[in-house]
Amino acid sequence: MRTFIITFAALSLFAQTSAGNAQNGRKLFENYGCYQCHGREAQGGLGTGPRLGPKPIPFSAVQRYIRQPTGQMPPYTAKVVSDKDLADIYAFLESVKQPPAVKDIPLLNN
Amino acid sequence: MAASRKPSLGRRNFIKGTVGGAAALAAASTPAPAQQEQAARSASAAVVTQERDPSPSVEVLTADHPGSDFMIDVLKALGFEYVFANPGSSFRGLHESLVNYGGNKNPEFITCCHEESSVAMAHGYAKIEGKPACVFAHGTVGLQHASMAIYNAYVDRAPVFMIIGNTIDAATRRPGVEWAHSVQDAAVLVRDFTKWDDMPLSLQHFAESAVRAYKIATTPPNMPVLLVADGDLQETPMRSGERPHLPKITLASPPQGDSGAVAEAARLLVAAENPVIVADRCARTPAGLKLLVELAETLQAPVINQFGRMNFPSAHPLNQTERSRALISSADVILGLEVWDFWGTVHSFRDQLQRTSQPMIKSGTKLISISATDLNTKSNYQDFQRFPDLDLSMAADSEATLPALIEACRRLLTADRKSAFEQRAKKLDQARHAARERMRVEASYAWDASPISTARLAMEVWAQIKDKDWSLVSSNAWAQRLWTFDKHYQHIGGSGGAGVGYGAPAALGAAVANKKYARLSVSIQNDGDLMYAPGVLWTSAHHGVPLLSVMHNNRAYHQEVMHLQRMANRHQRGINTAEIGTTIKNPNIDYAAMARSMGVHGEGPITDANDLAPALKRALEAVSRGEPALVDVVTQPR
Repeated sequence: MRTFIITFAALSLFAQTSAGNAQNGRKLFENYGCYQCHGREAQGGLGTGPRLGPKPIPFSAVQRYIRQPTGQMPPYTAKVVSDKDLADIYAFLESVKQPPAVKDIPLLNN
Repeated sequence: MAASRKPSLGRRNFIKGTVGGAAALAAASTPAPAQQEQAARSASAAVVTQERDPSPSVEVLTADHPGSDFMIDVLKALGFEYVFANPGSSFRGLHESLVNYGGNKNPEFITCCHEESSVAMAHGYAKIEGKPACVFAHGTVGLQHASMAIYNAYVDRAPVFMIIGNTIDAATRRPGVEWAHSVQDAAVLVRDFTKWDDMPLSLQHFAESAVRAYKIATTPPNMPVLLVADGDLQETPMRSGERPHLPKITLASPPQGDSGAVAEAARLLVAAENPVIVADRCARTPAGLKLLVELAETLQAPVINQFGRMNFPSAHPLNQTERSRALISSADVILGLEVWDFWGTVHSFRDQLQRTSQPMIKSGTKLISISATDLNTKSNYQDFQRFPDLDLSMAADSEATLPALIEACRRLLTADRKSAFEQRAKKLDQARHAARERMRVEASYAWDASPISTARLAMEVWAQIKDKDWSLVSSNAWAQRLWTFDKHYQHIGGSGGAGVGYGAPAALGAAVANKKYARLSVSIQNDGDLMYAPGVLWTSAHHGVPLLSVMHNNRAYHQEVMHLQRMANRHQRGINTAEIGTTIKNPNIDYAAMARSMGVHGEGPITDANDLAPALKRALEAVSRGEPALVDVVTQPR
C-alpha cells in the first residue's frame, strides 16, 4: 500500500474552541480506530498518518478534514462520529504531552 | 510434457547382475566430488555381495550407486551450500544420497518445518549470498505449501533452485498415498511464477537441465527455477558404464544496456538541472552499491532508495530518500534503476470510494528506465504494475549497465556542468540535514509510551548493535531512516510479492548465509508474519543459527485493521469493529515462551521501554554464543 498522507496543514487556520473531555477522547481515539494510522499517543505512524498532537491544528480544521478528507484518510461522517465525540477527541489531542527535546534523548544522538 | 522414456530397468525388477556393474562404474569412472570418497568402499562391498550370493535369480535388495548419488554430484558441482527442506518420501532417494553419499556437507540439509519456510529461507539466503540455495520438496503437497514463497521470490527477482520429487511411472507407484503425491505435470502449479522448469528423464538429462536451470536462475532477471526429480530416476542404480557428462558450468554475463541508449541517458542526465536517481532492486552484488555511489557523485544527483536492495549508503549526502516526494515533483529527469513500480513512483493514488490518481511530476519530465524485468514478463500474475510513460527504456540489468553509463556521463562533463553540480550538491546537503533533523524530532514523540513506540524500538536495537558487524535481515521503516547503512549485506530488501509469512524464514535464511562471515544478524520481526510458520524458531535452534529477532508485536495484522476501518468508514457503520478478524489478541501470544519451547533464548513480553536495553543485552549474549534469541516487544501499531 502506498503512503497515506493527510495534509492538515493546508486546511483553515481559523480555530474554534473545543470544550471536550480528554479522558473520553482518548477512549474514542482508540475505539474509533484513529490510533491505527496516528499511533496510540497521536504521535503519527510512518507511511500511515501524520502526528496529531501535542499542539494539534485548529479544531475547525480537524473537523472539516475528518468529515471530508481530501487525502487518503477515510471519512468520519457525523453519522458515525458526533461533534461532541470529536470535541472529546480534540481535547485528548490537546492533552498530549510534549516529548523530551531530541538533544536530551541520548539514543537519538548516536 | 512428454512422458515417454527410453527402456530401462525399473527399480522393482532390477536384478542383482547390474549391481556389480554400477559399483565398478563408481570405481572406474571419472571421480566426481563425493564419488571420490565412496568409490573404493562401494566396489569392495559389491564384490562381497556377489561372492555371498551368486545366483542370478535371487532378488537384489541393495544397490550401491542410485541415480540420486549422481544428482548430488551435480548439486555439489553447482556449489550449493545448503538444501532447505521439509522431508518428503518423493525425494527420499535424494535425501539419503545427500546425507550419506554426499556427507551432508556442501550442500547441508537444513530441516524446515514447512515448505513455505524452505523456499523463503532460500530466498533470504540468496539476498545475502547473491546466489541460489537449493530447496527439496514433494512434487504435490510440498510444492503447494511452497507456492506462496516461490511467488514472493519471483516478484522479488530472486533466484531459488527447486527440486521436487514425483513418481511419474504409474505402474511403479506404491498404492495409496504415493498416488496422491504423484502428478502428471508437477511444475504447472508454479509455472506462472517460475522462470524455467524441466522434468528430466535420464541422469544425463538431469545434469544438463540442472546446469541450465542454474544458469537461467542467475541470469538477470533472477527468478526461481524448478526441476522434477522422478522417483525412479533417483532410486534406480546407475547401469554399468553409465557416467553422465556434467556440462561445463559457464554462467551468462548479465545483459547491459544498448550503447546508443546509454549515451542518450547520459546526455539527458548531464544536461538536467534537477535529475533524480531512483533505485529499487538495483544492487544485485556488493559492486552495485559502489557503482551507484559513483554515478550519483559523478552527477551530484540525489538518490531515492526504495530499499528493494541495499542500494545506497544511508548517510551519504546524496541519499535523499526522505525527500522523495519533493524531489520527484521538481525533477526534470528521473532515472529508474530496477524500479518495480515506476508508474506508482511518479503518481499519487487516492484510495477513496472513487479511486483517483494524478501525476506528481512536472509536464515534460523525462523518465528513463533500466530494468531487467523487461526481459522476462509473464501474463497471468499482475506484478508488472501499471504501464509508465517512459522516454527511454533499456531492457537490461541496471548494475551491469552502470559502468558504461558512468563513463558516458563523465565524457560529457564540462567545467560549467561541474560548477552547476557543485551548487546542486550544496543545496541537497542542506535539505538532507533538515530532513534528517525533522525525522529525529518525529522519532521523539511517544518516546516513553507503552506500548513501545516503533522509533524507540529501532533506536534501542541500534544502540546495541551499531558497533558490531551487523546485518538487518528484515525490513523496518524506522531503522531504514535512522540507522547508518553502508554495506551491501546490511539490508535484504522486501519480500517481493508481499505474501505474509516471508519475514521470519527469510531472516533465518539470511542469517544462515551470514553465519560463515560471523556477522550479527538482526531481524525486527512482525508478529503476524511469525505466526504463519513459527517452526522456523525450531529450525534456528536445531541448526545453531545466531539470529537476534526483536518482535514488533502490535498484536494485529495491522495493515488489515486499517483496511477494515476504511471500509467501515466508507459505509458509515461499525467504526469500532475494525479489530474483529484482524487482531491477534485474546489471548495474547507469549512469543518469548514460544521461542523457549523450541530451544530459542526468549525475553519478554516487554511493555516498558526502559526494560528493553537490558533484555536486548541478554539476548545478544546468547547470540554471541552462536544461538538464536528472541525479544518480544509489545509495540505501537506502526
